[in-house]
Amino acid sequence: MLLLQTVQALPSPLHNGELSIDAYIYLSAILFCIGLLGVLLRRNVIVLFMCIELMLNAVNLLLVALSNYHSDPAGQVFVFFVMLVAAAEATIGLSIVVMLYRNIPNTDVDIWNRLRN
Amino acid sequence: MLAIFFYIFATISVLSALSVVLFRNPVYSALGLVTTFFAIAAQYILLNAQFVAAVQVMVYAGAIMVLFLFVIMLLNLNVNNEPSRPALLQGISVATSGGMLFLVLLAAARSAGSLSPARAADNSIGLIQTLGQTLFNQYLMPFEVSSLLFLSAMVGAVMLGKKEYK
Repeated sequence: MLLLQTVQALPSPLHNGELSIDAYIYLSAILFCIGLLGVLLRRNVIVLFMCIELMLNAVNLLLVALSNYHSDPAGQVFVFFVMLVAAAEATIGLSIVVMLYRNIPNTDVDIWNRLRN
Repeated sequence: MLAIFFYIFATISVLSALSVVLFRNPVYSALGLVTTFFAIAAQYILLNAQFVAAVQVMVYAGAIMVLFLFVIMLLNLNVNNEPSRPALLQGISVATSGGMLFLVLLAAARSAGSLSPARAADNSIGLIQTLGQTLFNQYLMPFEVSSLLFLSAMVGAVMLGKKEYK
């Protein structure tokens, strides 16, 4: 509680003029593109899921930064909903992976092309 | 002072995000992802978004990563036997993501400094009290709908996890 009050007293780096919003835009663009690179480059389906979570986190960071910049709590509420959807998505996605792994014991996404027929 | 912390945590998050992509062992990727989540939670603390930071640590670094590690251990994937993509596809994916990064950075740099805050600076918006009032007044209906989403996700996970389900 004491820690939270101490942090609360500090203005954010966006408000005391130390950083501009552009620094957060650059950081989240870099993180998003690293996640995109992982989705395109990797073949293990679980690592693909992790890279999707990375992209979601990049967008969340930008939402929180803009919410703080504009002093609007709606952005952080939206981040909360994004986290809820990400949790549901990870649950369902991983249980589908486990179910498919019982039929074909492999996690290579290219092998699962045969699901098409 | 705060800008120094921003750059430290930004470096940590970018490096550990790269480790998620570049390590071939999925367990190392998962540990890199945990580090990224903690670095992003530190950014939230810097931005006075304490509720989001706490939820980030609990939901992402706690629940979701435990789920990922559980599945990795269950499927016994703790080996690096992942085949790489062909060199042409690797080049295309690196070029695609690098080109997209370049485009976004170019667009952001061109419009740098053109944004101005919509409201007066208020450092209390990330507090649980403010967010709770917004969530349960303005966004009550989406909150209730998300509980339905969770119920269906839970039922779906149980259905998919059943042994006889083919």
